[in-house]
Parts: sequence; structure tokens; C-alpha cells
Amino acid sequence: MEEKVIWADGLTKSFGAFTAVDHISFEVRRGEIFGFLGANGAGKTTAMRMLCGLSLPTSGRGEVAGFDIATQQEEVKKHIGYMSQKFSLYEDLKVWENLRLFGGIYGLKSRAIREKTDEILSDLGFESERNTFVRALPLGWKQKLAFSVSIFHEPKVVFLDEPTGGVDPMTRRQFWELIYRAADKGITVFVTTHYMDEAEYCDRVSIMVDGKIEALDSPRALREQFRAENMDDVFQQLARKAKRTSD
Amino acid sequence: MLKYLLEKEFKQIFRNAFLLRMLIIMPLMTIVLFPYVTNQEVRNLKLSVVDHDHSVFSSRLIRKADASAYFQLVSVSSYAQALGEVESGDADIILEIPRDFERDMQRGEPGQVMLSANSVDGTRGALGSQYLSSIIADFGTELREEAGITASPQLRLSATYRFNPTLDYKIFMIPGLIVVLLTLLCCALTALNIVGEKEAGTIEQINVTPVPKSLFILGKLLPNWIIGLFALTFGMTFAWAIHGLVPAGSLLTILLFAGCYILAASGMGMVISNYSSTMQQAMFVMFFFLIILLLTSGLFTPIASMPGWMQACTVVNPLKYLAEVMRLVYLKGSGTGEMLPQLFALCAFAVVFNVWAVVSYRKSL
Repeated sequence: MEEKVIWADGLTKSFGAFTAVDHISFEVRRGEIFGFLGANGAGKTTAMRMLCGLSLPTSGRGEVAGFDIATQQEEVKKHIGYMSQKFSLYEDLKVWENLRLFGGIYGLKSRAIREKTDEILSDLGFESERNTFVRALPLGWKQKLAFSVSIFHEPKVVFLDEPTGGVDPMTRRQFWELIYRAADKGITVFVTTHYMDEAEYCDRVSIMVDGKIEALDSPRALREQFRAENMDDVFQQLARKAKRTSD
Repeated sequence: MLKYLLEKEFKQIFRNAFLLRMLIIMPLMTIVLFPYVTNQEVRNLKLSVVDHDHSVFSSRLIRKADASAYFQLVSVSSYAQALGEVESGDADIILEIPRDFERDMQRGEPGQVMLSANSVDGTRGALGSQYLSSIIADFGTELREEAGITASPQLRLSATYRFNPTLDYKIFMIPGLIVVLLTLLCCALTALNIVGEKEAGTIEQINVTPVPKSLFILGKLLPNWIIGLFALTFGMTFAWAIHGLVPAGSLLTILLFAGCYILAASGMGMVISNYSSTMQQAMFVMFFFLIILLLTSGLFTPIASMPGWMQACTVVNPLKYLAEVMRLVYLKGSGTGEMLPQLFALCAFAVVFNVWAVVSYRKSL
């Protein structure tokens, strides 16, 4: 039996009369790259925010890294990394200062932070940007840096909310190499995306339509199930059923 | 962990040119300029004199009024014209001297003059006519003495004004203005700080970390406290350099009370920041409360003249306590022992606002 790092059972989030996330249930195993797909407004970000302890579920249960997302949010936060859809590092801090700040917040010692920073900067080929203000970096570099910050403390799970939005295909490819590298180290990756070619890179994907999970399996199994050539076709078949207008 | 948060805040502060400029400009404005503006003495009243007598006595009276610092003679004309000038705002007070003023007085009959004051601004009208009355009364005494009439036993009043012997308004206002300075700066900076992180999106990255709420707030509070102490230092330095005003009491006393107050004001700003979702909203809410707090603080108008229910409301105004303390220390030289109630009040505000800031900071919605 493989270790479950994330599980959700009937997880629901309502805002007034609107149910953004409607009884979703799934499991993610350790070391998996789990693709969380859905059209804009399908409820992906809301679901992810609940799993990260940023948002309280209205009903249903869930656990991340062995902690309850409704009652042990601060415990959950110790064991996860998160990269939000909107770039959210400090633009008025330098590259190394951002790494140092978040390393420090997760309780790393000064020395460990220094070593880790060197290692990350050389992995990314960023050594020359160590003292650059984050605001001066191009978007693609910012995204890579944000990802590095989110896994700096070697969390059990990392949540990536549209990490490759708005960057060029070349950078997207490099970004996925980073994701694979993290997964090799045993970090479970939970990623949302709009790019169906990226969905093919995932071990398993779920497709959300109007707050519900309509399909969940490996890309290959989904293609067979929907008699589709590729994931894009699978997605189109499901998304067509959506009644919500996208935002 | 706090170390890293403080490091970050200080770096951000030192890289914020606007903030550093404000730290100099605000004390400069409030302490150097405001004392002249908040002067509530009534001076330069425009006096319109209608002299029907054209005698030696009447011109002596007019010269006497003109010689005082309070009045500027505007015109000597008919009463109707004088009224017109009051209406157009060119005159504040009319002094009408009737025909036969000198003759009546020389005959030993009481001389009569008429005084009318424009009382749209009640204080100006009332004080103006009081000044003028006392000038006229003085003139009467002068005339009696010249005539060798030593009328009934006279009562001479002599007042000494303690703590502010020259009744200089600036000396009263400056300690209060230091309170205004600390309030504006500390409250505005923190009110904008957390909500600024919300707007930039950086708070999201913080909220997903296990950082304890109290540490995050403390990381914001401490740098702001130091900024506040700098502002206090600048303010007091300007008060000394420009106005020659130094506290009669001890600097440590001021430091103690102002230190507590800065914590309270910063806490208040953070509470506002936590409840706001945009900087605009935070600014609007902050100014709404600041205006109420400033007006009811006793800085500009005495609390004792407010209605009873309003006086009761001022108990929850932190500005009131520091305003009292600053004036007592600056003018009277009071020590901590005499101001324990204020110290307790300021400490209580500091604790309440900062605990509230921690509680109202939501890491999860």
C-alpha cells in the first residue's frame, strides 16, 4: 500500500449560495505528480487553497501530509510549499534575500540557508542574479525563483497554481524539468494548469467541471476512456458540459 | 524566525525613499509650521472708528486703541459706512464716539461710547469687545487721574501665570503637536503596511507558511516603533532648534510615555490594515477615525468644555492621555509618579490594540 500524502473526502466550499467546490474526493500518493485541471472558474484555486490551509472547507474532510486541513492548518503549512497564481515574492528584496526570508520562516538555520541558497542558485544558473532585485527579473525567472522558494524547506507536498501561466514554451519546458527534479527527491507535486501538453507530463490528472471532479486517472487511461487522441480532446469533451461561465 | 522578519522589514524601510522622506518632512511641517497656524490668540482685529466728536479726548482714545497690538484701525467714517464694512468683512468691531463726548466728560457727566462687534466668530467678537472695553476703561481712569479725582478705593489685580509666564500659545501647542506627529506617522505607516502586502499579493506567500500570527505582527510593530522614536526625536529637536522649547521635565519620562503611545498608535494602524482590503480603504478609515480622535483629544479645544457625555467618550481616546502628559512634562516638568493613570491607560491601549491586531490578522479565511 503506497503512502497517501493528500486525501479529500466530500470537500466543499461555498460562498453564500455559490458552491465553488462541490464534494470533491480524491487521493494523491507520495512522489506523484498530480495534475489538477479545469476551466477558469471551475474551482481549482479554491480547492487548492483549502488543501494549503488558506481557506476553511465549508464541509467535507481532507488531510495533507497527515494533518487535518480544517483543524490543523498550521501543521499542514509546515509540511507544504505553495506557489500562487499571482507572483507573490517580495519585489523590493533581492533574490538571495527572498530565499533567506522564507528559509528563516520555515525554521532553517542561517548556515543551512546559505548553503541551500548557493545550491539553488547554481542549479538554476542564477548565480549572477543573486543580488538582483526580484522586481527586475523577467517573468519566467520570477516563476522559477518562486518555485525554488516553495520547495526551499523540502516540503512533503508542493502546490503549484498555474505555475507556467504567461511564460514562453522554452521556459515552460525548463520549469517542468524542475518539477521532475523535485518529484525525484520525493516531493509530491500538485499542479494546476491550462496547458494540455503539460497534463500529459503528469502521473495522474483530475478534471474539474463546475466544482466537481468529472474524471480522474492517468492521462493514458483517460484518453482510452474518452476515446480521445490527446488530453486536449478529453478536456474539451468534459468542459463542454460546463454551465458556469468562465471568469 | 523573528530575526528574519525584522531583517526583511528593515530592508524594505531603508529602500523606501518615500518613507524616509516622510520621516523628515512630517516632523518639519508639524513642529516648525503648525505652531503658527494653530495659534488661537485673537489679534489684528480690524477696528472701524466713527468719531462724531473730533475732540482732543476722542483722538486720544482712538490713538490708545490703535497703539494696542490687538487692533488695526481701518477707517474713520459714518456709522452706516462702518456697518457696511462689517458686512463686507473689512471690519470686526465698530467704536462710535458721539458728539459732545469731550464736553460731557469735562462737565463730569459720564461719557458714552458705543461698541458693536461682528460675532460670526464668537470668540473673536467676544474677546475683541473685551479688549476694547478694557482700553476704554483704562482711558477713563487716566482722565480721572489727570483731573485729580481719586475716586473711591481702587482694586488692582495682579496675575502671575505659572508654567507659561508669557502666555505664549506656541509653548502650549508644540507638545500637543508632537502627539499629532506621532499619531499621523505611526498610524498611517502601519495602516498601509499589511494592506500593502495584501495588494502586492505577498501576504499570500506568508500566510501559507507556518509563521505564528503574533510573530508576524511583532515583526511589523518593532520597526514601526523605532520609526516612531525617530520621529519623536526629530520633533523634539525641531521644537528646541526652531522654537527654543525644551521640556521642563525629564526626557526619560517623555520616552516612556511616548514609547507606549507609539505602540498603541501602531497597533491601531494594524487593526485598520487587517480589516481593509485596499490601501484606499485603509486610508479612508484611518482618516475618519483620526479626525474624530484629534478633535476629541483636548489638543485644540479643552475637554472640560465639552458636554458630559462627550467627556466620557474621550476616556477611550489614546491621544488625550499623551497630550496631557506631553504638556505636563514640557510645561510643568511633571514626573512619572504624578501621571500613573495616564501611564496605565497608554499601556492598556498598547496591549489592547496589538492583541486585537494579532487576532484580526487572518491567515486562513
